[in-house]
Amino acid sequence: MKLLEGLTVLDFSQFLAGPSAALRLADLGARVIKIERPKTGDASRQLKLKNLAVDGDSLLFHTINRNKESYAVDLRDPDDLAKVKRLIPHVDVIIENFRPGKMKQFGLDYTSVKKLNPRIVYGTVTGYGTEGPWQDKPGQDLLIQSLTGLAWLNGEADQPPTPFPLSIADMFAGMHLVQGILACLIQRGSASHGGLVEVSLTEALLDFQFEVLTTHLNDGGKQPERSAVNNAHAYLGAPYGIYETKNGYIALAMGSVVELGGLLECPALLNYRDEALWFSKRDEIKRLLVQHLRQKTTEAWLEVLEKGGYWCADVLSWGRLVNHEGFKALDMVQTVSRSQAQSIQTTRCPIRVNGQKLFAPKGAPRVGEDNQAIEQAFHL
Amino acid sequence: MRGEKPLEGMIVLDFSQFLSGPSAALRLADLGARVIKIEREGTGDICRQLYISDLEIDGDSSLFHAINRNKESLAVDLKDPDDHQTIVKLIQKADVLIENFRPGVMKRLGLSYEEVKAINPSIVYGEITGYGNEGPWRDRPGQDLLVQALSGLCYLNGNADQPPLPLGLSIVDMAAGAQLVQGLLAGLFHRSMRQQGCRVQVSLLEAIMDLQFEVFTTFLNDGHEPPQRSQVNNANAYLGAPYGIYETADGYIALAMGSVTELGKLLACPALETYTDPATWFDSRDEIKGLLVDHLKTQKTEYWLNSLEDADYWCAEVFTWQKLLQHEGFKVLKMIQKVQRENGIELWTTRCPIRINGELLTASKGAPRIGEDTSRILTHIR
Repeated sequence: MKLLEGLTVLDFSQFLAGPSAALRLADLGARVIKIERPKTGDASRQLKLKNLAVDGDSLLFHTINRNKESYAVDLRDPDDLAKVKRLIPHVDVIIENFRPGKMKQFGLDYTSVKKLNPRIVYGTVTGYGTEGPWQDKPGQDLLIQSLTGLAWLNGEADQPPTPFPLSIADMFAGMHLVQGILACLIQRGSASHGGLVEVSLTEALLDFQFEVLTTHLNDGGKQPERSAVNNAHAYLGAPYGIYETKNGYIALAMGSVVELGGLLECPALLNYRDEALWFSKRDEIKRLLVQHLRQKTTEAWLEVLEKGGYWCADVLSWGRLVNHEGFKALDMVQTVSRSQAQSIQTTRCPIRVNGQKLFAPKGAPRVGEDNQAIEQAFHL
Repeated sequence: MRGEKPLEGMIVLDFSQFLSGPSAALRLADLGARVIKIEREGTGDICRQLYISDLEIDGDSSLFHAINRNKESLAVDLKDPDDHQTIVKLIQKADVLIENFRPGVMKRLGLSYEEVKAINPSIVYGEITGYGNEGPWRDRPGQDLLVQALSGLCYLNGNADQPPLPLGLSIVDMAAGAQLVQGLLAGLFHRSMRQQGCRVQVSLLEAIMDLQFEVFTTFLNDGHEPPQRSQVNNANAYLGAPYGIYETADGYIALAMGSVTELGKLLACPALETYTDPATWFDSRDEIKGLLVDHLKTQKTEYWLNSLEDADYWCAEVFTWQKLLQHEGFKVLKMIQKVQRENGIELWTTRCPIRINGELLTASKGAPRIGEDTSRILTHIR
């Protein structure tokens, strides 16, 4: 069951934050029309990871924009702009992630659009909000990670600030945008008016850190201290972390250090009876574990720990993961393709509805691929 | 004039513990729903006892306070028949139910989706598992670090010479909670059109694969080549130089993607200008980044920012929280709010990151004590 069937989304956004939100709405059943510049389109069509491209667009673009349509227009051209404005009364949602003020230049800001369609739900992603000294700074993921203190939570204590290795500001801002848009759509059902939803990459990463940031706000403003040994979380005690074994690695979650000592037959750990020591002496405890865990294989440790109900796991590379039954059982990979082009493999929506996985075989569109069909259907 | 929050009037019954489910319930509360935590008498949500940095406030961990503000608590024994009847009555009135037990537990409690649907067909029922409801991993503990370890994520983090390095926050729980909210809200939207509820399922493993979807899709289509982290200041295994964080004479600076030759001009580093072929920015990234490491140490952060920002090269200073909290760019967001328990205990925390119609979504109610709202809720449903 596709929960958003019948909804239409106009997506003016580029790169990842806005388009990932539009992708989730498409996954859930909405019709998503990307508004793109003629010829070049979304700038992420050219943004290649490992120089990989498929059918003239980066593989990255294909990943983010599957199951969407493309309507190529030049917003600076009065005729094209008029067509977009004639389209607006027919749609439910608008998404944009330009720098503040840009949509207003085209008469496409929320106040203007609301006059064309009072029921519209209008979603905006900015880097830093729409006021203050940062509003015109580039809203890029690594920069936001750097400004929000996040990089000081990752890596070992003796490392410099270490960025998270994914575009998490974009990803979380995209999720928050979907949440806000859907909440407004629910309210619209009873209120008959739409709404303006605003999220920013900065607020998204502050929310992402809310547990530990709340601790900082109430502990007198102490700086987080990463563990010097196998850090996994600046605010958690031993044994929390990933350890080398004789043939690989093992992850140990939170649990009793004494119980762990018993299960692993590591008597030195049995001395740490006072739970407060698991945090205050965490590097000392973790060093003992580093020495001890090297002696046997991951499988041997997993066997004794799992039997004892201690929370642990093997550490898999993607290569081992995709060949594991546990991963295969998820059916997380789907094949998508555009017309007359090679298909690609990518992930599906992570949400299941009534027990069903949400698949869609439609690949990402070429620039302007759907112009004719859209202009005909909406009489533009 | 203050607008009504979009989910006002909705009732959420939250049976979940720790972070993934409760963070989803928190977002629904932020958006206006009334959230009732169903907790065990005596101990309650295990997260109440999960102290980090030994920070306890009024008998509960700071984590618990952060995750459970703006909620009510009903303390019950789910195995007690009278209490079960209370839950049934609440289910009749509820719009959303959330749970994150291991597969099968809700069924043993007589609260599986089928049973709940029979009581209230329009309910939207949300569940978070670690690894889905089938397959060899279904009964394994669904814990953040363990799912990070299985998902391949740790091989993206840190530098090439490091072992697999976990990401320093509960990123899997946060992602799964956010996915659940999306599914629940889509379910509520659908219900408003078609008058029927649904079941929404999310797992930690699926959520973290989705979070990796850009780079994991690359792996799926490049012949399954293992990701190669940069040896020098890694920030993304799939991006070329200069992408990363660099030490300066007095701190750190972040450089996002951009032209290496242009960067060479702006930083007065002629060695960089020899990399005229953009393909080398990926292929020789460690060499290029090594040059940057040496060069950027020679001046202060402020100096480099001035050279780069004028030319609109994407860069930023690397802040600690302390520095961030004092900066005007942060203050203008009004991201911090004060919340208060019924007994007057106050603490500072963040607010919902979503703004609606230009308004911030704040709520001054703090996290409940175990069973704080039990008698009021019982009166209400009788």
